Amino acid sequence: MTTAPAAPLMRMLLAQTRSELLMRWRVPAFSVTNLALPIVFFTFFGLPVAHIVRGGVSIGAYLLASFGAYAVGNVMVYGFGIGVANERGMKIDRLMRASPLPPLVFMLAKVVTALVFSLVALVLLIGFGIVVGGIHQTPVVWATIITRLLAGSLPFIALGFAIGYWSGPNAAPALANLIYLPLSFASGLFVPLNQLPVFIQNLAPYLPSYHYAQLAWSALGAGREPLGVSLVWLGGYTVLFLALAVRSYRREERAKFV
Amino acid sequence: MACAPLVAHNLGAMASVVELRGARKRFGQIEAVKGVDLTIGAGEMVALLGPNGAGKTTSISLMLGLRRPTAGEALLFGLHPEDRRARSRCGVMLQESGTTGVLTVAEIVDLFRAYYPSPLPTGRAIALAGLDAKVNARIGTLSGGERQRLYFALAVCGDPEALFLDEPTVGMDVEARRGVLESIRALSKAGKTIVLTTHYLEEADQLAHRIVVIDHGVVIADATPREIKARIPSKRINFSSETALGESTFSGLAVQSLEIRDGRVHLLSNEPEAVLRGLFERGVVVRDLEVTGAALEEAFLSMTRRA
Repeated sequence: MTTAPAAPLMRMLLAQTRSELLMRWRVPAFSVTNLALPIVFFTFFGLPVAHIVRGGVSIGAYLLASFGAYAVGNVMVYGFGIGVANERGMKIDRLMRASPLPPLVFMLAKVVTALVFSLVALVLLIGFGIVVGGIHQTPVVWATIITRLLAGSLPFIALGFAIGYWSGPNAAPALANLIYLPLSFASGLFVPLNQLPVFIQNLAPYLPSYHYAQLAWSALGAGREPLGVSLVWLGGYTVLFLALAVRSYRREERAKFV
Repeated sequence: MACAPLVAHNLGAMASVVELRGARKRFGQIEAVKGVDLTIGAGEMVALLGPNGAGKTTSISLMLGLRRPTAGEALLFGLHPEDRRARSRCGVMLQESGTTGVLTVAEIVDLFRAYYPSPLPTGRAIALAGLDAKVNARIGTLSGGERQRLYFALAVCGDPEALFLDEPTVGMDVEARRGVLESIRALSKAGKTIVLTTHYLEEADQLAHRIVVIDHGVVIADATPREIKARIPSKRINFSSETALGESTFSGLAVQSLEIRDGRVHLLSNEPEAVLRGLFERGVVVRDLEVTGAALEEAFLSMTRRA
């Protein structure tokens, strides 16, 4: 026998990622919510105050960073939460399980796809802010914001997986909204924290999206804590959400495949 | 991954394709598979035949590593069934599995081709499934039978050595069914190992060289279609008689299951004409005669009782 015993993993990953990108792009529930919603929100909450500069910080840039954090978290929580729950509902997992595709490559393709969508969402949002809102920062600042938001998105990937494995296809969208929207609001992503009620200001420093947004805000000199502190919080939340995701995944495994 | 697998691969080539050894599978209170020993060699075309709920799907799941045996062992190409090298040599078509609706037929076949080391050309796989007219159709627009054919295309697109087809023709119309059965036969002729489940005796008979009859989680017969057909009663005969009949009346006749209740006789047979001729010769007066096809379920019941 001269053929290789198995297909190269890289070829599998590329093909899988290509299909995931196509699938996401063709489902408006993903593509529109992922790419357009942050711009719509920024138009309402950000554009009217984009020209204001307070304490040396451009409010427009600050809100672009906020909605950028919202946008990436959105791609992760919704994409994985609803995506995984839907695939379980359609029993795609059974066919995939029987194929030679390793589960890890299957998941990795989803992560790469989500990162690509996040990058596109950020470029569109920031481009919109620059062109329509006339907001200026150096390219290095924009690049720092984008890089940090992509690299720091791990806890939201884990949260998405946890929702996707824990809930069914009908409950997942509701659950994702119930968790992610209040989380974003209470972390000051829609309206700056100092304009929110005091009890929310007190609550915010315990939320993952608050520390996530710090990664972007601090790139503008508007951070409220050292970078290391944000990373420790995000790491802790990643562990917590991953533990929840693994628990639900294992429960599913036992029911379906053991 | 270049050198180590080569050894195992060669080992695998010598081993049988499927090996179940005392395999049992329990789901809570229910034991779906109760100790199955089954070896399927390269190039065999085997039908697992049995009524719904007999344990066919669970047996295939054990072979493919979709389920782990509660006791006993399952090997695929001599390897653990979840081993990627074993999986890479198998194409599968499962019941109760789904796929995305938003890719086109060609796109998803292309995707599955990437999972295998030396796949067929996309068009060839689609043609084997008879889906040429739907190459660029979104999966979501396919009918139930077309979807079933798409799963067949996904099973064959990797040009695997072994195909596992769980109820492959369910939901297909007559023409699609004939086309797919034709493709299965051609693949078997080309040397592929084929394991399929069905609850139709005719389908098993048309395709397989070997029929494994499974009922209530055990193998009750494992033989050629000709032998199986001889053992599975195909007709049910019911009649009343004025004279009281005992079991002795039927001795020497080709009767496989006999029940006499309230003066009415219920029996199963493969040779209804011979049985009736025998009864007439013995002077039995037959009234309200009914001869009908026996349902597979009752036929299996009679086989299990005798086993």
